[in-house]
Amino acid sequence: MQEAMINKAKQLLADGTVNRVMGWKRGEFVYDITPAVFETAEEIDADFVCDDFTAANVSKYLVKESRKEGKILAFLKPCDTYSFNQLVKEHRIVRENVYVVGIPGGPKLDAEKIKAKGITGILCVKNENGTLKIDTLYGEETMPYYEAILGKCETCKSRKHVVYDELIGEEGEVITAEDSGRFDMVEKLENMTAQERYDFWREQLSKCIRCNACRNVCPACTCENCVFDNPASGISNKAAADSFEENMFHIIRAFHVAGRCTDCGECSRVCPQNIPLHLLNRKFIKDINAFYGEYQAGEDTTSRAPLNNYDKDDCEPSIVHERGVE
Amino acid sequence: MQRIGVFVCHCGTNIAATVDVKAVAEALGHEPGVVISREYQYMCSESGQNLVKDAIREHNLTGVVICSCSPRMHENTFRKAAAAAGLNPYLVEIANIREQCSWIHKDIASATEKAVILGKAAVAKVHLNAPLIAGESPVVKRALVIGGGIAGIQTALDIAEAGFDVDIVEKQPTIGGKMAQIDKTFPTLDCAACILTPKMVEASQNEKIHIYSFSEVTDVKGFVGNFTVTIKRKARYVDETKCTGCGLCTEKCPMKKVPNEFNMGLDNRTAIYIPFAQAVPKVATIDPNYCMMMKTGKCGVCSKVCSVGAIDYKQEDKFIEEKYGAIVVATGFNPINLDKYDEFAYNQCADVVTSLELERLMNAAGPNGGTLLRPSDKTHPHTIVFVQCVGSRCDDEKGKPYCSKICCMYTAKHAMLIREKYPDTEVYVFYIDVRTPGKNFDEFYRRAVEQYNVHYIKGMVGKVTPKSDGKIDVQASDLIANEQLHINADMVVLAAAIEPDKTARPLATMLTTQMDTNDFFTEAHPKLRPVESATAGIFLSGACQGPKDIPETVAQGSAAAAKAIGLLCKNSITCNPCVAHSNELMCNGCSACEKVCPYGAITYQDKEFRMPDRTTAIRRVASVNPAVCQGCGACTVACPSGAMDLNGFSNSQIMAEVDAICK
Repeated sequence: MQEAMINKAKQLLADGTVNRVMGWKRGEFVYDITPAVFETAEEIDADFVCDDFTAANVSKYLVKESRKEGKILAFLKPCDTYSFNQLVKEHRIVRENVYVVGIPGGPKLDAEKIKAKGITGILCVKNENGTLKIDTLYGEETMPYYEAILGKCETCKSRKHVVYDELIGEEGEVITAEDSGRFDMVEKLENMTAQERYDFWREQLSKCIRCNACRNVCPACTCENCVFDNPASGISNKAAADSFEENMFHIIRAFHVAGRCTDCGECSRVCPQNIPLHLLNRKFIKDINAFYGEYQAGEDTTSRAPLNNYDKDDCEPSIVHERGVE
Repeated sequence: MQRIGVFVCHCGTNIAATVDVKAVAEALGHEPGVVISREYQYMCSESGQNLVKDAIREHNLTGVVICSCSPRMHENTFRKAAAAAGLNPYLVEIANIREQCSWIHKDIASATEKAVILGKAAVAKVHLNAPLIAGESPVVKRALVIGGGIAGIQTALDIAEAGFDVDIVEKQPTIGGKMAQIDKTFPTLDCAACILTPKMVEASQNEKIHIYSFSEVTDVKGFVGNFTVTIKRKARYVDETKCTGCGLCTEKCPMKKVPNEFNMGLDNRTAIYIPFAQAVPKVATIDPNYCMMMKTGKCGVCSKVCSVGAIDYKQEDKFIEEKYGAIVVATGFNPINLDKYDEFAYNQCADVVTSLELERLMNAAGPNGGTLLRPSDKTHPHTIVFVQCVGSRCDDEKGKPYCSKICCMYTAKHAMLIREKYPDTEVYVFYIDVRTPGKNFDEFYRRAVEQYNVHYIKGMVGKVTPKSDGKIDVQASDLIANEQLHINADMVVLAAAIEPDKTARPLATMLTTQMDTNDFFTEAHPKLRPVESATAGIFLSGACQGPKDIPETVAQGSAAAAKAIGLLCKNSITCNPCVAHSNELMCNGCSACEKVCPYGAITYQDKEFRMPDRTTAIRRVASVNPAVCQGCGACTVACPSGAMDLNGFSNSQIMAEVDAICK
């Protein structure tokens, strides 16, 4: 796969279709993959990587990159195409300036899950019939493959690319909520009592160190000037001083991306404290589906988002009150 | 440093009876920035206003808070007072301690506490108020009247009389509306057509009036003084400019079995038709649901006989766009559908008719040429029973909760006319109450009872049963004699409730005007602004606003015209400066605001910006057209980045109010 992508990138650079390539390169460790922009074939040969750890969604980088001179090649996994489309819809990405090559998606691996098994010094991983073989500095280790899969890939919503100029590999299908089970945990939370739910979220959110990683990685969080950075907003960037602020940061963020979040799962992936932030967004998605009919943000670039639209069949606002009664 | 003046109004006892106004003034006097806090009996009075003006001058105030009634009442009064004293009028804030406090609470202590909190919120807001300057926008000197019944015709004639162009949009092939179908009018019993048709002709001959018949309004954009309206000119398959109304086509058309809606379906018309002899415009219309040529492609008789070649089977709906300064709604009414009233056997028996059907049965241009005959066997009815309030004053779901207002009078008219013309006919009227307020109305009703011996019986009809001999059994109760009656009737006439025309609901959405639960248009004030809607530049005429008889409708039509003329006279109108604006440094260009803006006030531009890292970037940013924006604030809540803000109601002002209330 990596080979085919490198060839494609070099070909498109050579024939002048694009002048830059949005991809990934390796960091300090093999599992430490970070998005990068390449300008020459030499750079690509040296650093371009796409492997089992390449989970990062590059769509958000294209907000800035697509406004630069020339056209950029972007390799997008199915989940990334939804984010990309949503940003095109919001006029954040200039579509004409991006050449999209769809690549097969995950599942991608979570190095943290491997390390949690006591496996360190990872050099290389390989899936052999459901067993993950891991070369380490200290010899070869094995673990069940499915136990190393990233959380966001376990509940994958779609293997279909909703936008592309060209495809490498085969096109997949949208996965139903039933098959993906992505709302299972939300349902569990809904079935809790208010106190249990409050305790759950306090336990999770109290871990927050306000590093802003979730906001910075989120493809829906692309405001020129975030409210949390705006001194005029009265809630400008600072460490959460008390439990109220810990709660509010994430709840406000979930509200701000409601109806626009494509459920790419990046927020939870990058959280250094392992807070399941995606559950807040999924609750919104589930409610929007229930109140206004099935809606997948980023599925297209023309439909009106339910929260930004008024329809005569819309549910009455009182539904919030009715459902809130315990 | 702010210097704020607080003025607490007693409103006589309206506020002072439940709110300790002295305590409110005292408490608000201690708020930050407040330099003077006074209470007074009637702040809106001349001397009350002078109190405010003097304080502004004496203390050099930078902001004013008036604790009084709703801003809908006197915000303008106090803004003008402030302006007269040299303070920008938008530095005045109203704390509503009447409608939202004293009127709804009984306990003085808690109402006073609430009044203080509302006052504190207003003080917190006024700290952040900025002086605003109202702009001006031009007025298009042309009016639109939607509906060509007597209401719309009267309004159009009056506006044209004042020298302004006016267009009438009528969905039927002819103007005239319901009045054209009525036989005689109460209380003078003159012929409806004889007084209506001259007005129809006057409207069509007036150079200032343009009639779009067989047309509908499909879209309304813009705002007071500057509406852009899309009018759908439905295909009538006849070229209006060529047709002379000779009527030869309607004589020759072989499709003669089309229910005639003008005669309430009591007789038939042809597929190509002119609704009635005095129709305006007198132009034929083809009904594509019945026309053989349109349905099968075989016929074309009308096209052959038409000497001017006006027939055009391929005509299509046309859409035209016009600009107007004022819009008058005159969409009128319809009798309700009686399908649900099985007890009156309306659907089972041809001789059970509605009052409007009776009008046609008695009319000289009606199905029987003016002789009252039973629809079933064309025999003369000898016993007629009138049932009042069918669907009116109803508390169940079938009917309407309101009184339809016109039924008592037209039933008295019907009863009287029948007794006059056919003295051998017995006429019974069953009523809940007889309501006859109006000039010469009660005298009219008494004539029906005393002079014409109409049997008025207080009580409701329980059941109407058609019998095999063609007679109708009417079972009813006489509440005064306290007995059950059975009347062997030949005909039953139902005074069906009236309801607003069904097209009014989507129209109200287009016009952003309000309707009540019965779909009548809501006036801006039930007593003091009865012909204006709450939306500036939209006026109400006739039964679309509530049940009305002809004199009232005409009076209201003229009143609406006067209001429209008052607007059209102006060269420009003052705009509301409380409009939205976008902070371009924060704007993402995401289009969320554009999508929710009901007025189309937001557009986008690509602009070059200097970025914090000393580079330049082209960014897509929103800009608001202040002449189009109505300050609804939808964009400010839709904006994900907080770039949109509303003058006079900024996010920070609202947060300051909330903080003051929650403190």
